[in-house]
Amino acid sequence: MNNKQLPRVDMPCQPAVERRGNFEEVALGYTRDMALTEASRCLQCKKPLCVTGCPVEVPIRDFIGHVARNDIESAYRTIKTTNSLPAVCGRVCPQEHQCEGKCILGKKGQPVAIGRLERFVADTHIASSACEQVTGANACARPLKQRKIACIGSGPSSLTCAGVCAAAGLKVDVFEALHEPGGVLIYGIPSFRLPKNVVSTEIDGLRGAGVTFHLSSVGGRTVDVAELLQDYDAVYIGVGAGLPIFLGIPGENLVGVFSANEYLTRINLGRAYDFPKHDTPAYRGRHVTVFGAGNVAMDAARTALRMGAESVHVVYRRTRAEMPARREEVVHAEEEGVQFSLLCAPVRFLGDAEQKLCAVTLQRMELGEADASGRRRPIAVPGSEHDMPTDLAIVALGTRSNPLLLKATPNLRLNARGYIEVDATSGETSIPNVFAGGDIVTGAATVILAMGAGRRAGQEIVRRFAD
Amino acid sequence: MPTRILHKEVLIPGKTSKLVLDAPQIARKAQPGHFVMLRVCATGERIPLTVADANPQDGTITIVYLVMGKSTSMLDTLGQGDHIHDVCGPLGHPTHIEQRGTVVCVGGGTGIAAMHHIAKGHARAGNRVVAVIGARSKDLLLFEQELRLIADELLISTDDGSYGRKGLVTELLRERLEQDKDIFEVLAVGPVPMMAAVAETTRPFGVRTTVSLNPIMVDGIGMCGACRVTVDGKTKFACVDGPEFDGHAVDFGELRRRLAAFREQEAVAMQDWRASHEQ
Repeated sequence: MNNKQLPRVDMPCQPAVERRGNFEEVALGYTRDMALTEASRCLQCKKPLCVTGCPVEVPIRDFIGHVARNDIESAYRTIKTTNSLPAVCGRVCPQEHQCEGKCILGKKGQPVAIGRLERFVADTHIASSACEQVTGANACARPLKQRKIACIGSGPSSLTCAGVCAAAGLKVDVFEALHEPGGVLIYGIPSFRLPKNVVSTEIDGLRGAGVTFHLSSVGGRTVDVAELLQDYDAVYIGVGAGLPIFLGIPGENLVGVFSANEYLTRINLGRAYDFPKHDTPAYRGRHVTVFGAGNVAMDAARTALRMGAESVHVVYRRTRAEMPARREEVVHAEEEGVQFSLLCAPVRFLGDAEQKLCAVTLQRMELGEADASGRRRPIAVPGSEHDMPTDLAIVALGTRSNPLLLKATPNLRLNARGYIEVDATSGETSIPNVFAGGDIVTGAATVILAMGAGRRAGQEIVRRFAD
Repeated sequence: MPTRILHKEVLIPGKTSKLVLDAPQIARKAQPGHFVMLRVCATGERIPLTVADANPQDGTITIVYLVMGKSTSMLDTLGQGDHIHDVCGPLGHPTHIEQRGTVVCVGGGTGIAAMHHIAKGHARAGNRVVAVIGARSKDLLLFEQELRLIADELLISTDDGSYGRKGLVTELLRERLEQDKDIFEVLAVGPVPMMAAVAETTRPFGVRTTVSLNPIMVDGIGMCGACRVTVDGKTKFACVDGPEFDGHAVDFGELRRRLAAFREQEAVAMQDWRASHEQ
């Protein structure tokens, strides 16, 4: 069944000219024929390296084997043994650095499109199990044991931990601070990359497995760790990233300068793209500048285009090669008309007479020696300052830890960077039976790394309380 | 979580009401200075409102709002027995309260309600509370009776002289500061120009002055940075670093400009709501 000489099957997408005017999903997904063809390229290695590249160790070879035999339900069950959110991961994982980066076919040609196949399997399952979704029945649900687990936060790491625990029959309560569950999957990642119904379907699946969601419940405020420990056997802290990092340059508090978190939260969680039907407004800009070059920067840039911007510039102080964003996002952004001002750094924001943003002063950079991150350090070129007109600036430089839960839990040991210190294998914190994972442990990272941490902690909780 | 309105009291018809909410989870933790984020309906915007009172025994919190735009207009259509779509809290740092002597609590407009909770905290801690409240006219004055119960002294001013002293709260405050050298803190909650004026009034006296800021917030839990304010030249996030700050160090001009950032959209939303509401 191996067809390794075939080219990798392309993913159909909405044409760039159309999609830059809507919030519908950009990548349309494989048809069954495409999926079967792509699956047939897999070598079915005896020792599959792809699995070693996956933070949650999805049995990739085995699920692709099922796809090649057109047994999509078996493929789904295979993925679900280790991954509770396959429809999400198929869409947002940086596969080129993980599973696909290890694929043998990638050494000489193009790796198997593992992410696209995972998405196809998850979407096909969701479409075919519509009845199960409606009735709420779930084959995975098991009789509940007496033990109870609390998860704080409902982003990818908490959801994964909840899924692992619920599948083992533990009673799980999830406490989410916002009014909608999903964490960054809801407030951060735009619907054109991850449709909201994909997230809600995965969450409904967890509800079906017996997980209860308590919304508008802020960890460290409405509920705190010490109280939860009185009612629950274990607590998992997956509260995610927090305060946005700003550039620290003059003019940053002018009207018109936003963090990517605020800009995206207004549009994704608040549905500002549908204003005034939804009440949350977004700030409109004709000439938008985005600072940073990670996935969040790409999301913000592409969102600004869809909100009607005439021009969008991503300003980055290094070059394309150093951009941390997923490759596909950079390509999609460029196709849609996002422009890149590389080797440029902002110096100050300039305001008009009303103190509204009207321009940013940039300076050119050149790359010097490699720094601690292994990337070449950008150095300012003297005398290269120039102004770029902009009426909406979006700062996407990442985040620091959120202080709410940490300050309310004084006996929680933190590392030098202010994130929670955990045992590397179990994910347990300095407080017994309190676990943590995701961005509140690692700092801003990827959905799948957060899920990996949630899975490891979930497995340890299951070992302690369900076996 | 849908939160039930147990009691509604109209304070100024069409403008300001007091709502007592069934919110035991919030009530057991709410302290003076805290705020909540709420959405009136499923398509609503998250807005911050200060907790004007909390009763952990009954499991209730009290909020007082001024009808400003669409969200507060919608909130004003709700009555006893209705539900607010979701209420989240308590958020922000509570007011720093310790027994020190005499504190002056200044409240303006709807801010009087929020100030009331803080004044109550100071009274409970054993401080001597001088409450100073002001409004444009007598019928716009809030919480006078509630404050009479807790304050050792209550000073009142109205712009038109219809009640109390004719003039601004800052005049009463200045006189008080001149007479009484033992005041350890002045605390102000109200419209931005009033808080800025209080800070300017106290500055020459060198009295610690705390103001409770009300910037635009989106999540209210330290994620987005919408609520950033400049204090002593440094950027602070009101939702997690505040909402109370040193009034002598706050950049009130910047706060005023940032509060107006969405004025056009707010007008559109209000118009849209009025049009659909009047049909």
